[in-house]
Amino acid sequence: MKSNPELIHPAWLRLTHWVNVIAVFMLVTSGWRIYNASPIFDFAFPPAITLGGWLGGALLWHFFAMWILLANGLLYLSLNIVFGRLKRKFFPLSPRQILQDFLAVFKGQLAHDDLRYYNAPQKLAYLFIIVDIAVLIMSGLVIWKPVQFPLLRELMGDYDNARIVHFVAMASLLAVVLVHIAMVALVPRTFMLMIRGR
Amino acid sequence: MIKATKFQLLDPSAIVKDAMHELPNPARRIFMKRALTLGGLSMLSGCTLTDEKSIEQALMKVSRFNDEVQAWLFDPNRLAPTYPESMITRPFPFNAYYGREDVPEVDGDSFRLEISGLVADRHAWSLDELYRLPQTSQVTRHICVEGWSAIGKWGGVNFATFLRRIGADLSAKYVGFKCADDYYTSIDMPTALHAQTLLTFTYDGNTLPPEYGYPMKLRMPTKLGYKNPKHINAIYVTNNYPGGYWEDKGYNWFAGS
Repeated sequence: MKSNPELIHPAWLRLTHWVNVIAVFMLVTSGWRIYNASPIFDFAFPPAITLGGWLGGALLWHFFAMWILLANGLLYLSLNIVFGRLKRKFFPLSPRQILQDFLAVFKGQLAHDDLRYYNAPQKLAYLFIIVDIAVLIMSGLVIWKPVQFPLLRELMGDYDNARIVHFVAMASLLAVVLVHIAMVALVPRTFMLMIRGR
Repeated sequence: MIKATKFQLLDPSAIVKDAMHELPNPARRIFMKRALTLGGLSMLSGCTLTDEKSIEQALMKVSRFNDEVQAWLFDPNRLAPTYPESMITRPFPFNAYYGREDVPEVDGDSFRLEISGLVADRHAWSLDELYRLPQTSQVTRHICVEGWSAIGKWGGVNFATFLRRIGADLSAKYVGFKCADDYYTSIDMPTALHAQTLLTFTYDGNTLPPEYGYPMKLRMPTKLGYKNPKHINAIYVTNNYPGGYWEDKGYNWFAGS
């Protein structure tokens, strides 16, 4: 056995990843409870899988966890930029590469033996999560403070529409996370990688 | 399509039902107990949070911190959007912590608005006196903490004008309200002095109907619905945090839009 394999995920990355998991978990489950108070669509979430017990409790959790999401997200982004990791890991990302890799997925040929490198669907998925969380924060700001953020409000198409954007961004995030978890289950080494970094 | 769902959303009976659903027990100090259950997850894992009290305190502390952040974000000169009358939501939803049948009946002739606290002139106001103050109206969006919103037209006196008229200490921290339906709430002075904060006596051009808060409602498009008290009996100016009906149950106090 090799004594000390190369460190692939630095400690700050693993930390921000798991803090993000906790924050998103609290925000999504409390968000469902808030949604239930006045559903946008023709369904409600089963109360048993929500956080907060009632609307007021869910709001307390939501407006607590938002600070964790925001601070952690800013830390993740700035460290990624400072250490040049964002550029190194995610770019270049060409449409052709994405297409090729997706075709490989369907042929069952997508190579994933060198965990130092992200394949194109991975790059795309992780970049999507970054952008999607930014959309969640911006639409959330409009729902929370429609008067104080007029530019964002116009961007989101007024208050009622911001709720729909917030919901769709949440659903999209969960869809990508589900695929992410399925992929981790297929390549379990990546799970240990996000814990030990090696 | 969205329009259709919106109408469903604003079905008054559904909203009341929902409000009642949120309030199964009037004297409930148990809300935090429920707030701390992670739904079925805690049952699955067979463990409950052991130190509920400290988690409750932490969440409330963050809520107080959020009050301060909101006070800092609040720009006294920034106006809430106004809308054309064609966009008014009809019918405008009834919303209270009780059903329509429990709306208080207030006798306008004998009504007197009580004034107390840090004010120079504490005389009680009759409705006629209040109606003689300069009146204005605006069409703004009412946003409920539950998430729905509705556009309405309220008319009355600019609240800053009223506070100056009664010689209120404008450097005080809070303005508190007591209502005929036993509701109570309080707001920060900067919001009380905001140009769009109105002490209203009319809805959509007519005398405020009982369901919407006769004889008067404080209307602030810069705050969530539950900060806008109806059936106001008494107004007071104070430096001691007065809380509020929902705020004391865990809703955020500042609740600014």
